[in-house]
Amino acid sequence: TADPLITEIQPWAQAFGEGVDATPYGLPIDFESDVIRRNVPWLTADATSSINFTPIHALDGTITPQGCAFERHHSGAIELRKQDYRLMINGLVDQPLVFTYEDLERFPRENHVYFCECAANTGMEWAGAQLNGAQFTHGMIHNMEYSGIPLRTLLEEAGLGAAGDLEDKWVYVEGADASSNGRSIPMAKALDDVLVAFKANGEALRKEHGYPVRLVVPGWEGNMWVKWLRRIEVTNQAVESREETSKYTDVLEDGTARKWTWVMDAKSVVTSPSPQSPITHGKGPLVITGLAWSGHGAITRVDVSKDGGKTWETARLAKPGEKMALTRFYLDTEWDGEDMLLQSRAMDETGYVQPTKAQLRDVRGLNSIYHNNCIQTWHVKPSGEAENVEVS
Amino acid sequence: PDAMTASAEPAAKPQKDAMVVSTQSETAIPDIRTEGGHFGIGRAALPEEVAAWDLDVSPDGTGLPVGSGSVEDGEMLFSDNCAVCHGEFAEGVDNWPELAGGDGTLADEDPVKTVGSYWPYLSTAWDYVHRSMPYGNAQSLSNDDVYAIVAYILYSNYLVEDDFVLSNENFLEVEMPNAEGFIVDDRAETEYTKWRTEPCMTACKESVEITMRASVLDVTPEEEGGEATEEVTQAAATTEEPAAEPAAEPVEEAKAEEPAVQEASAPAADPALIADGEKVFRKCRACHEVGAGAKNKSGPQLNGVIGRTMGAVEDFRYSKGFEAAHDEGRIWDAASMAEFLAKPKDFMKGTKMSFAGLKKDADLEAIIAYLSSVGE
Repeated sequence: TADPLITEIQPWAQAFGEGVDATPYGLPIDFESDVIRRNVPWLTADATSSINFTPIHALDGTITPQGCAFERHHSGAIELRKQDYRLMINGLVDQPLVFTYEDLERFPRENHVYFCECAANTGMEWAGAQLNGAQFTHGMIHNMEYSGIPLRTLLEEAGLGAAGDLEDKWVYVEGADASSNGRSIPMAKALDDVLVAFKANGEALRKEHGYPVRLVVPGWEGNMWVKWLRRIEVTNQAVESREETSKYTDVLEDGTARKWTWVMDAKSVVTSPSPQSPITHGKGPLVITGLAWSGHGAITRVDVSKDGGKTWETARLAKPGEKMALTRFYLDTEWDGEDMLLQSRAMDETGYVQPTKAQLRDVRGLNSIYHNNCIQTWHVKPSGEAENVEVS
Repeated sequence: PDAMTASAEPAAKPQKDAMVVSTQSETAIPDIRTEGGHFGIGRAALPEEVAAWDLDVSPDGTGLPVGSGSVEDGEMLFSDNCAVCHGEFAEGVDNWPELAGGDGTLADEDPVKTVGSYWPYLSTAWDYVHRSMPYGNAQSLSNDDVYAIVAYILYSNYLVEDDFVLSNENFLEVEMPNAEGFIVDDRAETEYTKWRTEPCMTACKESVEITMRASVLDVTPEEEGGEATEEVTQAAATTEEPAAEPAAEPVEEAKAEEPAVQEASAPAADPALIADGEKVFRKCRACHEVGAGAKNKSGPQLNGVIGRTMGAVEDFRYSKGFEAAHDEGRIWDAASMAEFLAKPKDFMKGTKMSFAGLKKDADLEAIIAYLSSVGE
């Protein structure tokens, strides 16, 4: 029968839509109102020191819109005006300096796309399949184009002569919010690719991402990407602050813990189909897609398995992988309507292959919480629904 | 810790050779720096400015100010400032961190990681309490108060005796049980060498069985329609009244931000009692706003709460209990509010408010006077 959506004149084809400026700064159309950050209330004691998750199951491409990029605060998202913003560089520098926001805009700046992943991403899955959705298992990640100043430029402006031999020096970075989150970064990384950023995806940082200025530490755990960055101190030792000792350290099976586990290893996940993004069209052509990334460099290859890891086929990368940035992969396939145990496996330019959960557990045990980059399995059922499972 | 002054020596430019150079810029940026290697942007940081912000304390004691505090004083300060979240004995309330106990559990199935069982350096505890606590009222404690609270945390972990006094003098003598419990990231040796291999593509295993399903645990939040499903848990604020000598600055600043409280119509309001209540309300401010333009935070805004229907603030997602109370038309009056604030979870089963409750009748009376004074 003829489709009335075609044969009958529809209201939107007859009358006016909204005029310009109806929404001076646009929001997604109402029909997309399910594409939002979500949190898991039982994870944390309250919302001011908490985390939520990017709806990666509902996005495509690689750039995360700021409005749905996951948030992590330790003392709530503060409102800090550009006029009130100050950045101090002190410690082992020739001249301690203070910059205003305007000052920062006068330094030569660069643009780079990088992923930011919380070290706890997938952390709830250590002991078993727990949360049912890519958003919840893998959504502590976002990927944006940052505009900012190399940290090296600012350190050189203050002068590193006073620091002497730079090999064993550190940079302590600290935020302006009440949590005073601070992390120690080895000088080599600080002088390599760290950015002091003030724009993301072309627009000002959002409040929840550290407006007006945050640190970008490519490939390294999100906690080091200090928001509301207010101070950079050159030191001769790691400060060993709360977030680098009591948190963001990885307990191994024998009770000892790894510290300074900064790099986020290669990882990937199928974002669709997945529990929140079931197959609704029945058998036939199916796009399997997902994201891959590595803190060691560029993604070079992603394999996909439909049978829980017995056999693998190499997926198509939407674009060649870029260093420390999300890579989108596609497997354009035919679905016969049967059960699938979908997995993806990332490889990066260092030859690192994403491990299975069993491989990780063999080395680390079950208590590490952080840095779980295991291969994820979705059980896709004949109905098209999918579930987070673990397989032998 | 930094006594650097302007140096005649330009920051030599050896770093580029000495350190790994990134491949960041695709196009070279023209270098407009002066001969000294500087843009000349920014200004010198004044010593008092550096002193105000450079508060971090390192494991070797760098940055630790002169001062001292006893376990005895710490117990009281802890009760006033910390116990609402961390428990009277540092055992932790609800999901808030436990600070004591856990000795010998690090290799167990669920390790209990506390200051005593896990933290390698005492400097971390001092630095964190000093810079970031109490939660919602950071940097309101004096240095001596911080020494006392840290002394009490040590005591609650059985690491010092009850007559112990912690000071900058004896700080490095305290032995942290897990000081040797950490190794520097060794993934390069223990993992990367194993996993940088050509992966299997066919016949990688004989059979595959599902060994666990997420639906068994059933802990995934429900997605309700297109609405945000954010279920905020109400915080227990730790913003107890600052101890005797409060570092007045932060509190005053916070007050300046706070919209003026409107006088209510209640005729016999006692200004002194209301003022007391405003102080008690500091415990609540991390989660609740009052005054002009008050917004919902992790708790609903409280303008005109006395006399208001329970569960009535728009756009706030209440617990089921308060939703039911709202449907029944129950009203917040002085009596019900006093009962609620004394023991929130007894008054309303399932309330999201994780605040443990006000213990003193005087505090209850004062805060109700204060809340009654806050108009719509």
